[in-house]
Amino acid sequence: MTTSQANNPLGPGYEGVAGSEMRFRDIFRDTLRAEMNRDDDVFLMGEDISGGFDKDTKEPLDAWGGPFAATKGLVQEFGVERIRDTPISEAGFVGAAVGSALTGMRPVVDLMYFDFVTVAFDQLLSNAAKSRYMFGGQTKVPLTLFARSGAGTGHAAQHSESFYSMLAHIPGLKVVVPSDPYSVKGLLAAAIRDDDPVFLVNDKKLINLTGFVPDEEYIIELGKGRYMRRGTDVTLVGMSYTSVVCQQAADQLAEIGIDAEVIDMMSLSPFDEDILIESVAKTNNVVIVDEDTPRASMASEFAAVIADKAFDHLDSPVKRVTSPHSPVPYSRDLEIEFMPQPADVVGTVKKLLGRE
Amino acid sequence: MDISKKKLEWIYTTMYRIRRFEETMLEQTLKGNSMGVAHTSDGQEAPPTGICAHLTDKDWIGSTHRGHGHCISKGLETDKMMAEVFGKATGQCGGKGGSMHISDFSKGMLGANGIVGASIPLAVGAALTAKLKGIENESVGVSFFGDGASSQGVLHESMNLASVWKLPVIFACENNGYAEATPSWYAVSAEDIASRAEGYGMPGVVVDGMDVFAVYDAAGEAIARARAGEGPTLIEMKTYRYHGHFHADDTSKYRKPEEEEYYKKLDSIKHFERTVTKQKLMTEKKLKSIRDAIEQEMLDAVEFALNSPMPDVSTVYDDVYVNYSNPIAGLR
Ligand SMILES: Cc1ncc(C[n+]2csc(CCOP(=O)(O)OP(=O)(O)O)c2C)c(N)n1
Ligand SMILES: [Mg+2]
Repeated sequence: MTTSQANNPLGPGYEGVAGSEMRFRDIFRDTLRAEMNRDDDVFLMGEDISGGFDKDTKEPLDAWGGPFAATKGLVQEFGVERIRDTPISEAGFVGAAVGSALTGMRPVVDLMYFDFVTVAFDQLLSNAAKSRYMFGGQTKVPLTLFARSGAGTGHAAQHSESFYSMLAHIPGLKVVVPSDPYSVKGLLAAAIRDDDPVFLVNDKKLINLTGFVPDEEYIIELGKGRYMRRGTDVTLVGMSYTSVVCQQAADQLAEIGIDAEVIDMMSLSPFDEDILIESVAKTNNVVIVDEDTPRASMASEFAAVIADKAFDHLDSPVKRVTSPHSPVPYSRDLEIEFMPQPADVVGTVKKLLGRE
Repeated sequence: MDISKKKLEWIYTTMYRIRRFEETMLEQTLKGNSMGVAHTSDGQEAPPTGICAHLTDKDWIGSTHRGHGHCISKGLETDKMMAEVFGKATGQCGGKGGSMHISDFSKGMLGANGIVGASIPLAVGAALTAKLKGIENESVGVSFFGDGASSQGVLHESMNLASVWKLPVIFACENNGYAEATPSWYAVSAEDIASRAEGYGMPGVVVDGMDVFAVYDAAGEAIARARAGEGPTLIEMKTYRYHGHFHADDTSKYRKPEEEEYYKKLDSIKHFERTVTKQKLMTEKKLKSIRDAIEQEMLDAVEFALNSPMPDVSTVYDDVYVNYSNPIAGLR
C-alpha cells in the first residue's frame, strides 16, 4: 500500500495526488483486473460475466461482459478458466466458491442483482461465514462476492433490494458498501485480499457516476468510515448511495446556514464506531440515512451505538431517514416516495434543529 | 384435426394477441412510456397458447420474468397489462409490480416472477391444494420456466416433490436456446432438458415449440394424466425469442443472423395460418378479422394506459400486510 497519508486518503483532500476522473463501473473493472494480475489464485464466477459463446468455435463472445458490463473485456485477458460463466445456479456456484476458497483459491463471485443472494443464502450463512469458527480456526474463506442493490431504476420488488443489514447480521461475514469510484477501488482490492468472506454491495445508482480516483495502488481498511464533508451543526451518516444523498442534503442545508458534517460509513461489518462517536461529540445532532427498510437495519444499529456511547453528547434524539417498511414498488412516483431523498434529510434536520 | 373451430379461433387470437402485445409494448417502452425493464416473448407464442388452451380459470399457472404471453394465454386483459407496464393506477397490480410481476389471481395466474426458478414450486403448491381439496380433475398447476431456470436447484426439488406426492403438475419448459446471452448448449448438461424427467420418475417429452398443434397435443395428454391423478409431466418446448433478452438487449452480439432467420421461417403464427387454410379449417377472411380486432385492441390498450392516472403515492404503504396498518411510513 502506497497511499500518501498526508492527503487524507479516507476523505476529500485525496485530490492532491496524481489521478483522474473515472466512472464507477470502469474503476471497478480495472480493480478486478489489477487484482487478477496480482494474484493467480483470484478468479471470477457469475452469470453472463462474459456472456455468450460461438456455437462452432466455442470461443467466448463477451456479448454481455457481465451485468451492467462490469467485467467486459476480462475474458479476453484471462480466459474462460478464470472468467467462468455459470449456469443459473446461485446456490451451487456460491457453494462451489466457498469450497474453492476453503481449499486454496480466492474466488470472486458476481451475484448480479443483490436480491439473488437469498437463493444462495444457506451457503453464505452456514458455510462461508461459519467454517472458520466452527472448525476451531483451522481454515479460512477468502471469498469475495458482489452484487447490485437499490431502487430507482424501475426494476420493481425483486430486483431492487438494499437489505445489506441481513448480511451484516452474520458473524464471520464482512460487508462493504462503496459510494464513489474512489471507495470502490480501495474496498474491492481490500475485499479480494482479505482472508475472510466479504460481500461488496454496489448501488445501481452509483454505477455510472464519476469521481476522482488516484492512480496509485491503495486499499481502504475494512471497517473504516470517512468524512466526506466537515461541519459543526449536525452529522449526516450515509452508506452506499445515501452518502450521495447526504452530500446533496448538506449542500441544501448550507444554503440556509446549517453546517452539516457528512460521514460515509463504507464498511457495514465491521463498522467504524469511533467516527460516529467522534462526529456526534462535535455536532451533538445526528441523522442516519439508509435506503434499507428500517426494522433491524444498519440505521438502527448505528443509532443504538450512538445512543449507547455518545449519549451525553446528544442535544436531540437520534434520527433515521429510511425507506418505508415495505417492498420496493414499480411505478416511478412510488419508487421516488420509497427512497430517502435529500429533501427528506433536509426536512428532518430542520425539525431537529428547530429551524422550520 | 381434433380441435374445435372455436378452439382454433381462440388459439389464433391468443397467439396473435401475444405477438402484437409484445411488439406494441416494446415500441412503447423504447418511447419511454414504460417505467422500467421489460422482457418480450414474441416468437414464443405457441407454448403458453397450446398449454393454456386446455385450462380454465380454476387451473393455476406460475410464470417468469418473460410472462406477458403466459398472462395473455390465461385470459388477462391487455389494457390492464399495458397500464401495469406503464406503472399506472389502473394496471393489473396498481402500478406496484410492473412488467415482471403481472398477475391475476381471479384467472388462475400466480404472477410473473423476477427470480429465475422461483415460481416453479408455486405451481406445485397449487397442485397440492387441488389434491388436498380433492379437485385435481379440475385444478392442475402449470409451471412455466426457461432453459436457464432448468439449472436451478429448486426445479429439481420441485420435480421430485411433485412426483413423490403424485401431484397434478405440468413442468412446462420453454427452451428458447438462451438464458440472457448464455446458450443452453453451454449451461445445460443434457441434450434435452426433458430427459431430466426420468430421474424423477415422470414422463418427459420434447415438443416443437414453434408448432402450436404439437404443443396442444402434448399438453392435452399431460393435463389429462394430471387430472386423472396420475401425476406430473415435464414438457420441453424448443422455441425462440425474436427480440432481445430485455428491451435494450442487442441479440446480434451473441446470435447469428442465420439462426434468427431459421426460426423466423418456423414462425408459429404463420405455421398456424398455413395449416388451417390448407386444411380449410379457417378462412383467410376470418384470420384477417381476428387480426384487425387485435390491432384495434392494442391501440385501445395503449390509449387506456396513456390516459390512466398515476397511482397515488400513499399506496406505497398499502398491502404490506393483510391486517396490520404499517406504522413505519419511512422514518423521516
Ligand atoms: C435467481 C436469479 N438469477 C439470475 C437472474 C437474472 N436473469 C433474469 S432472466 C435470466 C435468464 C433466464 O433464462 P431462461 O430461464 O432460459 O428464460 P428466458 O429469459 O430465456 O425466457 C437471468 C439470468 C434472476 N432474475 N434470478
Ligand atoms: Mg431461455
